[in-house]
Amino acid sequence: MSVVTAAPMEHRSPLRSLGWAIPALVILVILPWVTDQYQTILLAYGLVMGIAALGFNLLLGYTGLLSFGHSAYFGVGAYTVALMVKYLGVTSMELFLAGAIVACVLVTAVFGVACVRYTRIFFGILTMALSQVLWSLAFKFFWVTGGTDGLRVPTPTLLGFVTGKGDKIAFLATAYYYYVLGVFILAVAVMWVIVNSPFGRALQAIRDNEVRAEFVGIQIRRYRWVAFMVSGVFTGLAGALWVPLNGLTTPDIMHWTFSGEIVFMTVLGGFRSFTGPIIGAIVFNYLKTYAVGYTVYWQGLLGLILVVLVLSLPTGIVGTADRLWARWRAK
Amino acid sequence: MSVLLETRGLLKQFGEFRAVDHVDFRVQEGEVLALIGSNGAGKTTLVNLISGLLRADAGHIVFRGQDVTQQTVHQRIAAGIARSFQLVNLFDQLSALDNVALAIFSRQGKTRKLHTLAEADRPVWQEAMDILHVFRMETKARILAGGLAQGERKLLDVAIAYALKPKLLFLDEPTSGVSTREKAPIMDTISAVVRSEHISAAIIEHDMDVVFSYSDRIVAMHQGTILADGTPDEIRRDEKVLTMLIGTPEPPPR
Repeated sequence: MSVVTAAPMEHRSPLRSLGWAIPALVILVILPWVTDQYQTILLAYGLVMGIAALGFNLLLGYTGLLSFGHSAYFGVGAYTVALMVKYLGVTSMELFLAGAIVACVLVTAVFGVACVRYTRIFFGILTMALSQVLWSLAFKFFWVTGGTDGLRVPTPTLLGFVTGKGDKIAFLATAYYYYVLGVFILAVAVMWVIVNSPFGRALQAIRDNEVRAEFVGIQIRRYRWVAFMVSGVFTGLAGALWVPLNGLTTPDIMHWTFSGEIVFMTVLGGFRSFTGPIIGAIVFNYLKTYAVGYTVYWQGLLGLILVVLVLSLPTGIVGTADRLWARWRAK
Repeated sequence: MSVLLETRGLLKQFGEFRAVDHVDFRVQEGEVLALIGSNGAGKTTLVNLISGLLRADAGHIVFRGQDVTQQTVHQRIAAGIARSFQLVNLFDQLSALDNVALAIFSRQGKTRKLHTLAEADRPVWQEAMDILHVFRMETKARILAGGLAQGERKLLDVAIAYALKPKLLFLDEPTSGVSTREKAPIMDTISAVVRSEHISAAIIEHDMDVVFSYSDRIVAMHQGTILADGTPDEIRRDEKVLTMLIGTPEPPPR
């Protein structure tokens, strides 16, 4: 066999990706200094949703499975935090995150076993049905979950010493914002490694061609199951970060309509790219906030925007931006 | 030469129809074998049973002395049975190089790793590139599989199966859907690779020129059973095969 030098992949190398990551990071770091507290907290919500959508897209974009039940894992993360406060009196954010991860691993491991036996619409329906089961539990077990009143969550202690005693808004807009940003960066980095690992490549192979993936020796159900868990844990982590921002968790975030929002964000940003769901989540967060402020028919307005976007930008914001950028560079 | 694979009384029924009807089929170590027969003769079903895509209704499959009848596809691949597909089955949104590399990662058990970057595995990419080189496709390494020409897709399909380092390779019509001009180069490449690596190959093929020029032995199937089994010369003279499968050059005697 003769030897030909293997050249680097067409996939983005870590260095090339830093080209856009560093400016984005600089903006995220300095933004609290140049905008008001409201805008900073709004952005923190966007980053949290970005983590949720990033997790969701491991299934949709990389494994080819459309989950309509990711609200369940977001909710498991959020309720785990709330119940840790209620029953264990925990205030440490690190313990919250650890607890949410453990709870999500357990729930997704069980749900995953059932769901990964199916694909396409059957997978979507099953994930949705299971999430509705959790929603109804949160809704009906009011002596545990508080029912529609939800559960309050006080501001947590960060890294064991930063507390939100005093001005809660200032805490959320500075210390907590940077905490969310830190977790966000870590989550993006971990996900980037996963999708670019041999495991990530195997998921893409399953997405492209299930039969052939099996015939290169990939145990497709087992891989889907692991992807399902990783995906759910990311979304659950987002749920845990979201609760202190919101100060309260209610069954709404377990409802399937919230799963729909996660799908919306991802499609909006573009599920074919790594950054698509992140951009989509941040943009969606602004869209929703301003739509709610603008009209009581905000859901109708968002629906209209989604229809227009899907028809005009089928590859999402990032896909379209990539194409325009390529065209501009070709000139 | 010893027996590499043997089926005993292999049966597959679809309703009342016996696609494979108690077939005893053998592959010797190191041989290139051609499976011929008209459409519906049971060739692809036989390959599907042996590779694990379908489960047999009765009978046994013995590979290197081990009964693999109840094994999963995954276990059979690990044992050394690989296959390509009649209708090309590729990972269309991955590059040609990725398609081959994935098979290598899988063979080495590396696809379970979530934490190492695929880019870090230089030897794998090197090997994938070498395999593309063997199949004369190194210039196409970075093209997405979905964008390759039909002949290249056929070769890549075989290259993926080859990257699994099988002991026995099934090729389901490697030249179907390819222009006549391209057939010989594709078969030359495949034949050179399997012979130099001493891989046993069983090739399903309809083109009789290809069958007679590239195989050591020919097995002819008809209605789910084996009609004839012999060297190309023996098959060329076999009356049953001539009338049923190939058609005779002169009109049959009255």
